[in-house]
This record gives sequence, C-alpha cells and structure tokens, in this order.
Amino acid sequence: MNLIKEARSLIKVNIREYGMYIALFVIMLTFSIMTDGLFMSSRNISNLLDATGYIAVLAVGMTLVIVIRHIDLSVGFAAGFMGAIAAIFMTQLGVPFYVTIPIILVMGVVVGMFNGFLVAQLGIPSFVASLAGMLIFRGALLRVTEDTGTIIVKDEHFNALGNGFIPALGKLGGLNLLSLILGAVVIVLFLYSEFSKRQNKLKYNFDVISKRMFAVKLVFVSAIIAYITWIIAGYNGFSWTVIIMLLIVVIYHFLTTQTVLGRHIYAVGSNPEAAHLTGINVKKITYIVFGSMGMLSALSGILFTARLQSATTTAGTLFELDAIAAAYVGGVSAAGGVGKVTGSIIGAIVMASLSSGMNLLGVGISYQYMIRGAVLAIAVIFDVMTRRKRA
Amino acid sequence: MSDYILEMNGISKEFTGVKALANVNFKVERGEIHCLIGENGAGKSTLMKVLSGVYPHGTYTGDIVFEGGVQTFGRIGDSVKAGIAIIYQELALFPDLTVYENIFAGNEIKQGAFVNWNRTIVQAKEMLRKVKLNVNPETPVKELGVGKQQLVEIAKALSKDVKLLILDEPTAALNEDDSENLLALLRELKRQGITCIMISHKLKEVIAIADKATVLRDGRTICTLDASKGEISESVIIKNMVGREIDDIYPKRASGGIGGNVLEIRDWTAYDPKLGRNVVKNVNLHVKKGEIVGIAGLMGSGRTELALSLFGNPKSYKLQGELLLNGEKRVFKHPRDAIKAGVAYVTEDRKGDGLFLIQDIKNNITAANLGAVASRGIINVNEEVKVANGYKQSMNIKAPSVEQLVGNLSGGNQQKVSLGKWLFVGPKLLILDEPTRGIDVGAKFEIYTIMNKLIAEGMSIIMISSELGEVLGMSDRVYVMAEGRMTGELSIADADQEKIMHFATQ
Repeated sequence: MNLIKEARSLIKVNIREYGMYIALFVIMLTFSIMTDGLFMSSRNISNLLDATGYIAVLAVGMTLVIVIRHIDLSVGFAAGFMGAIAAIFMTQLGVPFYVTIPIILVMGVVVGMFNGFLVAQLGIPSFVASLAGMLIFRGALLRVTEDTGTIIVKDEHFNALGNGFIPALGKLGGLNLLSLILGAVVIVLFLYSEFSKRQNKLKYNFDVISKRMFAVKLVFVSAIIAYITWIIAGYNGFSWTVIIMLLIVVIYHFLTTQTVLGRHIYAVGSNPEAAHLTGINVKKITYIVFGSMGMLSALSGILFTARLQSATTTAGTLFELDAIAAAYVGGVSAAGGVGKVTGSIIGAIVMASLSSGMNLLGVGISYQYMIRGAVLAIAVIFDVMTRRKRA
Repeated sequence: MSDYILEMNGISKEFTGVKALANVNFKVERGEIHCLIGENGAGKSTLMKVLSGVYPHGTYTGDIVFEGGVQTFGRIGDSVKAGIAIIYQELALFPDLTVYENIFAGNEIKQGAFVNWNRTIVQAKEMLRKVKLNVNPETPVKELGVGKQQLVEIAKALSKDVKLLILDEPTAALNEDDSENLLALLRELKRQGITCIMISHKLKEVIAIADKATVLRDGRTICTLDASKGEISESVIIKNMVGREIDDIYPKRASGGIGGNVLEIRDWTAYDPKLGRNVVKNVNLHVKKGEIVGIAGLMGSGRTELALSLFGNPKSYKLQGELLLNGEKRVFKHPRDAIKAGVAYVTEDRKGDGLFLIQDIKNNITAANLGAVASRGIINVNEEVKVANGYKQSMNIKAPSVEQLVGNLSGGNQQKVSLGKWLFVGPKLLILDEPTRGIDVGAKFEIYTIMNKLIAEGMSIIMISSELGEVLGMSDRVYVMAEGRMTGELSIADADQEKIMHFATQ
C-alpha cells in the first residue's frame, strides 16, 4: 500500500520525464499489437535504432544549444558536407579511415566554433547565423560532389560504422554472445552505481527512497535493459551505430548532470545576465556548446555516409529539423535552461518509432508527416501544461 | 453626506505565503487629491493593482465600488473603460513612436478600418495643451526627458476620458522644477473635476498638495488624514507610517571595531557607450574593514552603475580612475575576477539578474563557487546539498527542501538565497543593492541581523538603498549620490533624512 503511494508521489514529481517513457511504451505497445508483434521483432528494433543514430547524436548536441537559448539550423548540411569530405578523403586522397575520422571530427569542432564566434563574439542571432551556415554548407556540399556526383565509399571498416555489428564471438541459444555479455555488463554497472549512490546519500544522512521501492526500481530497470538486449541479440547483436550512440549519451549525460561545466551550461540557459554576474564566462560556454554541436554534426555526417556507403548530393536535408523536433519531444524548453540529453534521445526514438511503425502498417507518407507533427505539438503542449501546474 | 467616487472595502490579497493586503479600506471623494502613503512594501502598489484590474476580480477578496456600482474588473481594459487610468513609476510608453502615436496608442481615432492620423495629431495637440506640454507631437518620445514623458502619459490618460487618475510615485525620477510643474498640473486637473490618487514617498509634496492622505502599513489601513482639519503634518504621517520605534526595525549590533581601508576608489568615472554619457562621474570612496557604508540617492543617481563598474564591469563601461583593494591596485575585467579577489555583489533585481528562478535552491547557492563542492570538475551533489541545507537553516529559508525551485519562493526567501549564494563565496567585501526591496518586515529584520553578524566577523559591506530609514538605521557612514556624482559624505552621527535628501537633490 505504502509502496504504491511512494511510487505515485515519485511519478508526480517527475511527471514530465516519466511521461515520455510512458509515451514511448504506449507507442511501442500499440504498434506491436497492430502489427502482430512484428514491430518489436529483433530485426525491426535493430533497424529502427540504426536509423535513429545519425539524428540522435545531432539531438544530443541540439539539446545543449537550445538549453543556452540558441538554435543551430546549419547542422544538417554541415553533416552532409563533412560526410562528403570524409568520403573524398578516403576515396580520392587515399587517407585511411582511422585518420579520416579524427580529422573530420576536429573539422566539426572548428566549424562549430565559427558559429560560436558569430553568436557569442559578434552578437548575431543564432537563427540568422546558422541559417546562413545552412545555405553555405548546402552550397559547399553541392560543390564538392558536383564533379563526381554520388561518391561511393568502399572502405569496409568505415561502412561498418553505419551498417556493421559488433562481433558475436559465438552463439548462446541462437543469441549473439558478445551482445548478451555487454547487456549483462550494463546491468551490473547500473546496479553498482545505484548502490553506491544510495550508500553515499546514507553516509550524509539524507533521505532515500524506501528499501522496497529501491528494489522495485532496480528490478524494473534491469528487466528493461535485459529485454532490449535479448531482442537485439536475437538479430545481429548491437550495431556499431548503437554503441556509438550509447557512448555519446553516457558521456553527455555525465557531462551535463555531474560536472561544473554542465551546471554552467544550464546556468547560462536559465538566466544569462545572472550567470555573467555569477562569474560564469558566458562567451566561453557558448563557444563550447557550439563547438560540441559542430563535432556531433561531423559524427552524424560520418554515420550517415557510412550507412549509405556513399556521400550524396542531398545528404543532410532536414536533419536539423528532425533533431530539433526530437529535442522538443524530449522535453527541452524553448525558453532555455531546461532539458535533458536522455530526454532528447528518447524523443528521437519516439519519432523514429512512429515512422517505423507507420511504415509497417503501410500508412501513407502524407499521413506520417501529419501524425509526427501532431505528436510534436502534443508533447510541447503537455510540457507547457505540466510546467504551469508546478509554478 | 460625502460623495465618494471610489470605495474599496475590506480588500485582502495574498501572494504565496505573504499577505500583501489585509482588510484594507480606502475611500476617495469626488474631485479631491488623495495621497496614499506608506513604506516600501506597505501595500500601496498592490492596492492600486487590485483597483486597476492587474490582479483581476477573484484573486482578491473585498469589494470595489466605483461611481456607485460594484466593479469586477477582469483585466486592465475593464478599469480603463470605467474611467480609471494608472500611471506607473516605470512609464509605459513606446520610446520609438511619436508623442501623438503614444497618446492614442490602443485608443486610435478611426475612420472605417483606418487610423485618421490628421485628426489624431489635432487631438493630440489639444491634449498636450491640457497638460501644458509644449512639444511638437511628431517628436519621438525617447527624445523627451523623463518629466515630459510623464506629461505625455497624463495626456494619454486624459484622452481616454479619465475620471480617476492614479499616479504611482510620479516625482520619484523628476528634478525639482519638473516636480513643481507636475503638482501644478494636478491642481489644474482637480479644478477640471478629475479625481486623483497619488502614491508618494515625498512628504513635502504630500503636505503641499493633498486634500486627504491615507497611510498604509504592513498591508493594513492605519488612518485617513484630512487636510481641511489640519491633520496632515510631517510628524503625524511619519508616526503612522513607521508605527514602531526605530530600534525594533534595526537590530542593535556590537561594534566590532573598524579597521583599515578594504576598498578605495579614486576619480572613478564610468562611461556607458550605450547611453553615450558618463553614468559615474569622478567618484571617490573608501570602505573600511568591519564597516557598513550606505549609499543613498534617488532613482537613476548612478548607484547601481557604480556597483557594477566595481564588480568586474559586466556592462562594459569605459572606466577611468583607480581601484585599490586592500591597498593594492586592481583591474577587474569580468565579475569572475572580482569574485576571486573577494568581492561579492547581490543585485538590485534578484529576479532579473540575480537568481536562476527555474533552478532549485541548492544550485543557486553553489552557483558562484561550484569549485568548493567539486573535485576535478565533477560535482559532489551530496556535499552540495549539505552546504545548501546549512544556509537554509542558518538563514531560516522557508522551503520544504533545498530541491525547491527558487521561482516558487517568496521575495524574502529569494533574497536570502541570493545572499546565501554570495556568502558561500566567502567575500571580504559585500555589495548589497537594495537588499530589502519588496520583502516583508520580518524578513527584513532577519537580513539586517545577518548583516550585523557578517560585520562582526570582519566583513565590509556597501549597502545601496533607497529607504532612508534603512540607510540611517544600518550604516556606519553614508555617501549620497546624485546624477552620477558623489555629492555628500556623512558620518552616521551627523546624518539625518533632510541632509541626505539635500545632497540627493543637488
């Protein structure tokens, strides 16, 4: 009885965050039922996550950009352009993939820093600055692919980033062994971090949730991780794209929630004037956030080029809007200062699930756009309502 | 039988946790000039906001009877329609529009679907004649001085057929000539049959112009004084305004012994490139260890600008002069440099540029000194909560936990969070800009007590304040500023309200 009460109050306090997980659950369940379980099949989930990768990494960066009250419209074609440069490096200049990738990532940082310069140093509104960037990168992409048209990439290692899977190292009851081990490691790490967090809080004599609630939480989350691992291990196992996506999420989640830098980013977003008077270097934070956005654009370009095994003349079209939509669905506030990296990833997966599910059901592309638009609007309405209630 | 144009009966209004108005009764007779008096936070502005529909019917209790009928204003437009116009301290004009556009903004003279600009200009001239303002109606408002802008506001009110004109501290930002003009105009309007409510802190004005005066204190009506019965005098008003001995408001402190100079500035001038003028002019000032230095002055006298120019110059003024901290010449290029050197600045506008309202208490308290609860850039959240809890207890911040969002706290508690944030930096010199603006008497007392404790521990405080009582009650020494200049320095023994006001109006 008390357990239910505690659960209810926990949900109430975190309604916005849990609401999104619940929404994702409902969407997945609905599609599963309507497709006779086809939606939750190993193959479909695997494909769905792979197709989310290049948008998800953009959404992570975009989250921080929106948190500090800016926007970056240039990321789509920046990704397309840098993906094309990567292809040119490997095919025309013969640079090996392990040299190409770091070069492209650094190039992304430089591009992002330049946006940061326009916004922080010259005070140009980010909407305008990045709109200009979008046009420039679109032109640049066309220029570099003009002579050759689509550039086919033949480097297997590079293409594996978008299509390949981690080695299986064997099979266990028809399941991919290394993926199972990986899932188990994640569960162990999760349990360890939860226990040590609780232990630390107790050391400080702070309130913690009841032992039973704690147990329920651990079992629940572990079960979800185990279930996802089981599904994925049933097909080809974890893809490199998913591994990269998870790494980015873990790194950025840690950065935003546990570090001084993260706290400063959110401070700048909550109130830039107060942040300045608090001694925070607002310009530096703006540079860092745009720099990271640029790096993630480069990564997105690499993933997309690898996935298509080629650089095309239209790569990156509308990526920026998909990333922005994912961030908003994931609970980022347009007013700044609010929004989680994990939320944006879930937002990206929600949008991808909608596309995937509707494709399986054979819903026409026209309706797909309308439904995805409606979901975006509903998410933001829900956001505004819950925020107003708390104020 | 008196003819009341307005009766406000038993008005009560509460903000989260703070009772702003408690059963206030306020009656205004037709055709009189009625002054509303009280300390900051007594509830005058709140009462006028209830009257004008800023706080709509239903958010307060009690009745408003205007022109014989009970009014239920749902929004400002309703009270305007009924003939009530309110002119706030912060003028609500569009600086880039012309005088005539401003006068008829929201009340355009139309011909079919279009605005008839010619008739607008003709009528605007008529209104300007009424308020005795001799300017071309096609001048952009931003080119006029504050005094003239105020007259444009009044002209705007008159254009709407106003029956009751409310002025919230109309002369606070005006010089003596402009103030005189304004008072003369109010007398003239009275002759034309317009009733007027004026909120004012300047008792001389009140005595000069009021037919009646109502005193509010702590959200209650204390009394209504009648000039025709000779009841309005400075001593009577002050007695009713304050209502308690000064000792009860300002806690006594053990004189901690005053040391050498902590801060000294010489020939300090700050040029604001945005305004294109000097906002601080040739200021000399020093602050000793263990001392509270008050800086008094009227609105716009350059006090906040002075503080900002000392605290790392966030507004990028062009600075001249010398700043010595503990005898050493220093240049602060960013607030960060000032913080590192042991200077802290609690801003005037805690919501605007002081606090992170959408973040919790703990994040706010540690914001300026995150390094102290982090190692190698990683925050120890438990340590952080412990620190925040410490301040919550020692400063008596009323909130369920330190995870409460600061935006949900009352003004007094927000101010304590703001103070806590800067104390966690461990400053040697604390600059407080209007430390008790808009907070209730109880919280004020607590903040004064904290200040005294800090002084006893050897900190130095610069306190910028518009409340003369506070300046006189808390300072060891008082500087007075006017138009960016330091016009006077008084030891607390010599200082009184009149002397300060004399310097402040130079």
